[in-house]
Amino acid sequence: MIKQKIVLRYPPHVVENPTIYHLIKDFDLMVNILRADINPKKEGRLMMELSGTELNYQRAVEWLQEQGLHIMGLEQQIIWRSERCTHCGACTVICPTEALAFKRPEMTVSFREDKCVVCELCLRACPARAMETLVDNANFK
Amino acid sequence: MKVNRSIEEINEKIKNGKAVVFTAEEIIDLVEEKGAAEAAASVDVVTTGTFGPMCSSGVFLNVGHPCPRIKLNEVYLNSVPAYAGIAAVDLYLGATALPPSDPANRNYPGDFIYGGGHVIEDLAAGKEIRLEATAYGTDCYPLKKIDTRFRLSEINEATLYNPRNAYQNYNVAINLGPKTIYTYMGVLKMNMGNANYSSAGQLSPLFNDPLMKTIGIGTRIFLGGGIGYVAWQGTQHNPSAERAENETPVNPGSTLALVGDLKQMKPRWLRGLSFLGYGATMQVGLGIPIPILNENIISHCAVRDEDLMAPIVDYHRGYPYKEGGDLGLVSYAELKSGSITVQGQNVPTASLSSYAGAREIASELKDWINSGQFMLSVPSAALPSKEAGITLNSMPQRDPDDVEAEQ
Repeated sequence: MIKQKIVLRYPPHVVENPTIYHLIKDFDLMVNILRADINPKKEGRLMMELSGTELNYQRAVEWLQEQGLHIMGLEQQIIWRSERCTHCGACTVICPTEALAFKRPEMTVSFREDKCVVCELCLRACPARAMETLVDNANFK
Repeated sequence: MKVNRSIEEINEKIKNGKAVVFTAEEIIDLVEEKGAAEAAASVDVVTTGTFGPMCSSGVFLNVGHPCPRIKLNEVYLNSVPAYAGIAAVDLYLGATALPPSDPANRNYPGDFIYGGGHVIEDLAAGKEIRLEATAYGTDCYPLKKIDTRFRLSEINEATLYNPRNAYQNYNVAINLGPKTIYTYMGVLKMNMGNANYSSAGQLSPLFNDPLMKTIGIGTRIFLGGGIGYVAWQGTQHNPSAERAENETPVNPGSTLALVGDLKQMKPRWLRGLSFLGYGATMQVGLGIPIPILNENIISHCAVRDEDLMAPIVDYHRGYPYKEGGDLGLVSYAELKSGSITVQGQNVPTASLSSYAGAREIASELKDWINSGQFMLSVPSAALPSKEAGITLNSMPQRDPDDVEAEQ
């Protein structure tokens, strides 16, 4: 069994396809959707956690690519610019998954990408604006 | 053996590379282990530090005259307005100033992505700053409009002058209300979802010299990565705040006005900040050396987070409307542990002041003294302390037209 957090990017021509149905029905994957949106250009973005056997997961990834979807790892979505971080800790009570956490006794902030669910609450809660997203929410860039 | 040391003696040791310097964190264990008398005999200086958001900060600039000359009237630096109501090309840029085009809280909660603090950080980083200004024109200053760019190194003076820094203690902010609020103490989640504080605690300058026995006008300090001085007491200086047995206040107490040459400073220690729904400000790094003149001074430096108490304040109604009662005190040791208990509820804590930054500053100041490049100064005058009887005033709210009521 493997568990992967990924981001799917849908081009406009496939955005109406029932992709998740196939992931469950044809590839026996468990799907946990974290976030989904469609922009004005009709491109879609879906963040989710997939779990299942390694073989099924690999086949599903190939199938998704054949459908014209782009797959990215979720951990690449939010970036901690450590050089901008002043290690105050204001983000640590805002982050709901403890991806941003305070290390004691060092009293420094650390960011664990694998725990991040891309809720993006940290982006604006950080006074030094040390958190960045690769994704432009209006246009997905 | 009673220690009675002078600043001149300490400076002589610094010159000879013989001064013994501890940070306010390191001194705790030494005093615990050896007692105040023995520790005072062996230590000459204790260094402190703090690196937190300090809104009452800004810089005086003299940008030099163009040809023909100009008497600046309305001035923008990277679109952020600067105050020009002083001499022709003198300006004051405040840390919280915002571009008129900033939507502020019209799009609530506003982002406040770039303000005066960010301009100061960019100046310190040596970046080019756009200056746009208009003037009404006079016989001696005929130019009416200018749009140009400059760097910090190209202007005459840039004097950081912060009217209120180094707050001796601060509120712990919580939100008793039913929805998230956006404050200068950060994002506060509803129903006591979090508690935010802002002090370096045991490393903070005025917690280590609570009665300001050594810190006075002219005290040389670490300011923004360069050398600065204590200019005066800060605004809202409140030495009459209630104090604990160890003389540290349990409420926001004394403050300092600080001055220094921005040209020496580093963007690392002057950081533009954007507080969601509140505004722009600046994070200021400062450190103050405390000369160990006697045993009493070192016992104050040995104060621990456990013995420093901060007041819990509700920012839903309590702070803005001056309503509500006492929510109690909590120690910095509890705050730094990650959670506190308020009214029986466990509340996660976060700091707005960087303790890691405070540590780094205290240790850098220690290095400066150890290497002989930083000498201590003798204050020219003491600052008003608790015996001065200063009390805080609220703004009078009188009907401007009701002349009779005044008489």
